Amino acid sequence: MSILVNKDTKLVVQGITGRDGKFHTGRMVEYGTNVVAGVSPGKEGETVEGIPVFNSVEHAVKATGANTSIIFVPAPFAADAILEASEAGIKLVVAISEGVPVQDMIRVTPILKQNGTLLIGPNCPGLITPGEALIGILPTMIFKEGNIGFISRSGTLTYEVVNLLTLSDFGQTTVVGIGGDPVAGLYFIDLLEMFENDPATIAVVLIGEIGGDAEEQAARFIAEKMTKPVVAFIAGQTAPPGKRMGHAGAIISSGAGTAAEKIAAFNKAGVPVAKEPAEIPVLLRQKLDGVI
Amino acid sequence: MKIHEYQARQIFRNYGIPVPSDVLCYTVREVEKAAVEIGGMVVVKAQVLTGGRGKAGGVKLARNVEEAINAGKQILGMTIKGLTVEKVIVTRAADIEKEFYIGFVNDRNTKTVTLMASAEGGVEIEEVAKNNPEKIIKYPVNPLTGLLNYQARNIALQLFGNINQAQKAASILTKLYKLFIETDATLAEINPLILTTDGDVQAIDGKMNFDDNALYRQPAILAMREPDEEEIQEIAAHEKGLSYIKLDGNIGCMVNGAGLAMATMDMIKLYGGSPANFLDIGGSSNPQKVIDAMNILLSDKNVKSVMINIFGGITRCDDVARGLLKALEIIITDVPIVVRLSGTNAEEGLAILKETGLPTVSSMSEAAKKAIELSKR
Repeated sequence: MSILVNKDTKLVVQGITGRDGKFHTGRMVEYGTNVVAGVSPGKEGETVEGIPVFNSVEHAVKATGANTSIIFVPAPFAADAILEASEAGIKLVVAISEGVPVQDMIRVTPILKQNGTLLIGPNCPGLITPGEALIGILPTMIFKEGNIGFISRSGTLTYEVVNLLTLSDFGQTTVVGIGGDPVAGLYFIDLLEMFENDPATIAVVLIGEIGGDAEEQAARFIAEKMTKPVVAFIAGQTAPPGKRMGHAGAIISSGAGTAAEKIAAFNKAGVPVAKEPAEIPVLLRQKLDGVI
Repeated sequence: MKIHEYQARQIFRNYGIPVPSDVLCYTVREVEKAAVEIGGMVVVKAQVLTGGRGKAGGVKLARNVEEAINAGKQILGMTIKGLTVEKVIVTRAADIEKEFYIGFVNDRNTKTVTLMASAEGGVEIEEVAKNNPEKIIKYPVNPLTGLLNYQARNIALQLFGNINQAQKAASILTKLYKLFIETDATLAEINPLILTTDGDVQAIDGKMNFDDNALYRQPAILAMREPDEEEIQEIAAHEKGLSYIKLDGNIGCMVNGAGLAMATMDMIKLYGGSPANFLDIGGSSNPQKVIDAMNILLSDKNVKSVMINIFGGITRCDDVARGLLKALEIIITDVPIVVRLSGTNAEEGLAILKETGLPTVSSMSEAAKKAIELSKR
C-alpha cells in the first residue's frame, strides 16, 4: 500500500517535449511508472520516449484514460496547465514548475476544489512510491520499499534524509515533496491524514522549514488525530528574518514563522525534532521501539 | 520586492485612493522649500525599506518651517535598522479624528487574498495581532468573485459607525483590493487610514510588497526597485542562477538545494561555528556556477573557510567533482575548502577530488566539523 500513486497510476506528462519534460519522462518510464501520454499543443501524433503526444489533456485522457498529470511547463503557463488537467478530469496534478506567481495559485485553488482535483506543488520535486511509481524528478536510487511515510517542503534535503533512512534500513511507503511555495496544493495535514489511514505506513517523517505556520498546524493535528509516530526536522534555525531563503515560502515575516516556534510546537505535541538530519533515523528507531 | 512609502502613495493615487500630496526631498534645503510651499504644520518622514520608522525617530511633526528644517537635519543621514536614510517626504499634517488599519495579504492557510481591518490603527499591526487579536477583522476574499461592494461596505461599517464615512472607506477597500491583484502584491496596507476632523477618509501612510515570482509581468513595479547594497549582491547572484543571502559568520557554504543549504547553516551553528551565508547553487554540475558561487563567497572578507555540501541526485557526484576541479583550477585562494559529496556516484566523485589534496568527506556533520576547524587556523 501507499498513498496517492501506485502501479495503477496512469500518468500524462504536460510539457513532454520540453528539455526537462522529455528527460524526466525517460526516467519515470525507466522506473516503471505507467506513463500513458504526453501533452504538447501542436505536436499531436509525435512520440517522446515511445509515449504518444496529444494536443490537449482532454485528448490524452480520452485516448489513454490518464488519471494523474505531471507538469513541466514554464512558470507563467503553469496555472493554465493545472486548470486544463483539472477540467479534463485528472484527479491528481503534480506541478514541478518553479516560480509560479502566488496570485495564479490563489485563483486556481477554488476551481480545483470544485472539480475535486488534488494538487501537489508547484515548485516541488514530486512524489514516489518506491517500487511502483515515480511521479517527479527525485533520484530513484536512494529509495527503498518499506513502511515509512515521508513529507517534505524541500528537494535535496529530502534526498539527504531519505538516503539516511534507506541506509538505516527504513524503506518508504510514499515520499512526497510538497514544494517550497507559500501557496501550494496538498500540505502537511492532508498528507498526515492519508498516511494515518494507509495501513502500510507505520510512522511518518516530516521535514519542515521556516515560513508560515503549517508545521504548527501539523503539530496540533498529530497531537489530536494521529496514532502513528511522527519524527520531524526543521531547516532554517539560523536564517535571518525578512529574507527569502531560496524557496519563495521560506521567509520569516514580521517575526513569525521561525524555526524555534515550529520546534516548540512539535515538542509540545510529543513529536521529537532532530537536531541534524543524521539524528532522524535514530529518533525514528527510538520512537518505534517505544523508548521515547 | 519592497518599495518605499512615497512609491506606494503614488500607486494608491493612480487607483484613486485619497492620499495627501507629498514632496520627495534628498537635502535639508529641499525640505525647507517643501515646508514653505506647503505652509503650516507638516510631517517629515524617512523613506527607508523597513518598518518601525516612527519608533526609531524617522517620522517627525513640524509646526513651522524652522522645525521642518530641524527634522530634515535629524532624519536625513540617520540609520534605521541598519539602513541609512537618504531621502524623506514632506507632507501636510492631517487633522486626525481617528486612526484605522486596513490591508490585504496573501494568506497561506486559506489560500486567498485576505482583508485585514482594525479600528486600532496607527500602531504596528503585529502588536495588535499579538495582544488583541479579536480587534482585527480578517476576511478571506473569494478569488472567483473578488471583493464585492457589499462586502467592503459591511466591513467598513464595522469600523466606521457612520454610513457616509463607511461608504468612503469601502471605496478605498475596493480600490486597494484591485491594485493588490493588478500589481501582484503580497502586501498592501494603509496604516493609518484616517478619519479627518471634517469627516473625510484618507490614506496617510502606505506599505506594499510584491511577489518576486510575478515581476516578469509587472514592468512598472520592477522599475520602482531600489535595492540596497545587500540586495544588489543578492540580485546579481540570482541573475547567475544562484540564491545568495549574506550572514554575519565566517564559514562560507555552497550547497545544492535551498532546504539542504539551510540545514547546512544550521549544522555549522550546531557544532559551534557560524555560517557566513546561505548559498544555493541549484542542481547542475556546471563549473561556471561553482566559479560564480566561489567568487561571491570569497568577496566576503569574513570568510575563513568554505564548506561545499553536495548531495548528488540526478546530477551525479562524479560530474559535480569534475566541475569543482575545473572551477578550483581557476579560483586561486588561500581560504581552505572542505568538500562533502554524497548520493549518486559519490565514491567516484570523492576519488576524483582526492588527487587535489582537498579535504573530502562523505557526511555533512564531518564536513561541518572540518570547516569549523579550518576556520580557526
